[in-house]
Amino acid sequence: MKPAISVVLLTTLIGAGQGLFLAWYSAEWFVLLSILAPTPVDYAGYAAGLSFLLLAAGLFASFFHLGHPERAWRAAAMWRTSWLSREVIALPLAMLLILSYALVKLAEIDMVVFNLGGIPIEISTILGFGAVLAVCALFICTAMIYACLKFLRQWYSPLTVLNFFLMGCASGFTLATVLAVVTGDEHFAYFAGMAVFLTASALVSRYASLLRNRNLRSPSTLQTAIGVHHPTIRQIAQGAMGGSFNTRAFMHDYGTAVLRLVRRGFILLAFVLPLLLLAFGDRATLAPYLLAFVLQYLGLLVERWYFFIEAEHPQNIYYQMIS
Amino acid sequence: MTQLALVIDLNTCVGCHACVTSCKEWNTSGEAGPMVDRNPYSAEPTGTFFNRVQSFEVGEFPHTQTVHFPKSCLHCEDPPCVPVCPTGASYKRPEDGIVLVDYDKCIGCEYCSWACPYGAREIDEQQKVMKKCTLCVDRIYDESLPERDRKPVCVLSCPTSARIYGDIHDPESEASRAINDSAGYQLMPEWSTNPANHYLPRRKVGITVHEEDLQRADNPLRKEDRGPRAPTTRTTLDDSTSW
Repeated sequence: MKPAISVVLLTTLIGAGQGLFLAWYSAEWFVLLSILAPTPVDYAGYAAGLSFLLLAAGLFASFFHLGHPERAWRAAAMWRTSWLSREVIALPLAMLLILSYALVKLAEIDMVVFNLGGIPIEISTILGFGAVLAVCALFICTAMIYACLKFLRQWYSPLTVLNFFLMGCASGFTLATVLAVVTGDEHFAYFAGMAVFLTASALVSRYASLLRNRNLRSPSTLQTAIGVHHPTIRQIAQGAMGGSFNTRAFMHDYGTAVLRLVRRGFILLAFVLPLLLLAFGDRATLAPYLLAFVLQYLGLLVERWYFFIEAEHPQNIYYQMIS
Repeated sequence: MTQLALVIDLNTCVGCHACVTSCKEWNTSGEAGPMVDRNPYSAEPTGTFFNRVQSFEVGEFPHTQTVHFPKSCLHCEDPPCVPVCPTGASYKRPEDGIVLVDYDKCIGCEYCSWACPYGAREIDEQQKVMKKCTLCVDRIYDESLPERDRKPVCVLSCPTSARIYGDIHDPESEASRAINDSAGYQLMPEWSTNPANHYLPRRKVGITVHEEDLQRADNPLRKEDRGPRAPTTRTTLDDSTSW
């Protein structure tokens, strides 16, 4: 498949935004459960605000993918059958809940609504819980858009969903670590530790899908495509001389050497280097953490680009020779 | 339930592209708006087409055969492109099984083209909506046309009658009979999309000619040793007349 740049931006931006929100909100619960120590200054509102901005930027990027962005509202219609439609609902819902969470925190209008076994549940706790559900739903919807297409064998796997979740969370927790360094937040150790854990898990999971895809063969062949059962078939004309949508949207002409370089590049950028920087960084200096996030985000852009390149569409069988 | 479809006979298709040009002509002139036709007479001609004829060479030289393969939307009975559409612009008509795109609802997200294993859908670069074969839905029900013309234009234009149109759920239709009698098959059956369009396979055609057939061994005159009359030496009318 040819990578759709707007979709590459959408999925990486919202992934980081979702992960960032999960990082801060999970820290809040660990404080409520007395596992983490409470912080003197609560920066959760700012973190949620940044998370909202990332999701909004992703949504903005996604409009460039559409031929008719002015009709985008229609995309919420078919949520019963379409994962894309479900994403179109989950994304604004998550944005709305995260924004209200941020506003309640920043405007300091938070108050305890009720007590749950001694734990004070505030307005923001409830809004945040709703946002977590929306964020998780969004992770599933985004990944299932790809994972539900059964003849795109490289995508049709539970690993796709796991990868989207882990990579989004990894970049979100890395960003949370950067924020914690900037603000001097007490949860720094939790964020940095989780960022290391999630980045390592994402590396394992993404590498597992690379291994899975290495020897994947499509059951479709030229024989099944045109229904001629002869071992030797060669296309001599594809019916169009100047190319067509079929040759432009689904095919790429990158060689195996370039793709190997890209593969190694994103493994290094998105996973290995951020892991080293996060593990050996010093809380006093921002630079290594900032670099870790920037490299990881760039690495994930490359990863998502490769994710598209990796998928082989069976329609390509029909377009092997111009004439 | 009706399922209109095309049955394409690969045995008779000669690859003349008449179905391609007539399809483009009919559908670019319709009320849905023109189909892109970029650089039609230049080096890189490209544009929107609902139907294409591809050619394949089967076998190894010198024992090769050319198979011409017309390719358009197959109007699957279980179309993978329909449920993925977020707006409902892509739909399968319950009354006749035609898979259509509502150009006024389509947002041009291209997701349906990812979901079609056959590459039957394409974005129109001017209108920015997904387009594909409509089975000439604006023709086949048009009562202002004589009844014999109420068929997809590719079917009407085919000089070798390689394209049969009909309801494949009606066992008595010409299309169903062709599928049943000539081993009609579906493309890429491995994805269980159950395409409505079928293809009729290449068959070996030919007759065995024996020497006796040429020599007329069964001619009873031969039995009586009375062969054909000897060639006459008399001049005929043609020989004698010179004008």
